[in-house]
Amino acid sequence: MIFFWAFVVGGIICVFGQIMFDIFKLSPAHTLSILVVSGAILDGFGLYEPLIDFAGAGATVPITSFGNSLVHGAMAEAEKHGLVGVVTGMFEVTSAGISAAIIFGVIGALIFKPKG
Amino acid sequence: MADKKKKNLPPDAQEYQAFQKQREVKRPIFKNCIKAFLVGGFICFIGQIISTFYIHFFNFTEQTVGNPTVATLIFITMLLTGFGVYDRIGQFSGAGSAVPVTGFGNAVISSAIEHRTEGFVLGVGSNMLKLAGPVIVYGVFSAFVIALIKTILIKWGGL
Repeated sequence: MIFFWAFVVGGIICVFGQIMFDIFKLSPAHTLSILVVSGAILDGFGLYEPLIDFAGAGATVPITSFGNSLVHGAMAEAEKHGLVGVVTGMFEVTSAGISAAIIFGVIGALIFKPKG
Repeated sequence: MADKKKKNLPPDAQEYQAFQKQREVKRPIFKNCIKAFLVGGFICFIGQIISTFYIHFFNFTEQTVGNPTVATLIFITMLLTGFGVYDRIGQFSGAGSAVPVTGFGNAVISSAIEHRTEGFVLGVGSNMLKLAGPVIVYGVFSAFVIALIKTILIKWGGL
């Protein structure tokens, strides 16, 4: 069943993105930034975690989860070290997405040649 | 902002803009949304398969499995981007392939590959995050503000 909800929830988040592209005529960079910020805001209200429980990868794969895990890392560290933790803990949970993108980016640049 | 710009234009230019707007090709919004829904949903479905795999064989929980899933998806994106398949998916699906984390990976990897002719430090290194930069910058900044507010509320607001 979680496969079905992953498909539906992930699809709906992508439709939000498509609406921002087509109706509000925003650039992809604007759209993705808005989605990341809204993911962070949703986690601020504690709404994103239930969504992950409900939809699994439907909530973790779209870019909104990036904002969610940034807030998560910051909050986890803030509980331990107070306000300083907000700054130091930021990348604790999110690191996978960014480090994977950078690592595979360099590997890709080594292996593949630009086309056209 | 767009209205302000319009007011400063001479009348014939305003007329032209109205004419141009009338002749503009209408975007098939509904069709695009369906495509985005199907492709985006499919990518998340694949993500769910990978997640299930990690939960069963590597002892991750539902909340922590996001990280390895994202890393695996970005690896797949690297292959698809390198072979030029992801661009074609992107043309078809619009936001469906841009919103999932694979779109973020694609933005990083494609600019890394594109700029390799300029050298590995000045080309790949400095251009890699050009497209993905705004996402990281505003993600981090908004997360900072939100976490700050929440921490203050919890510590001193008795939340």
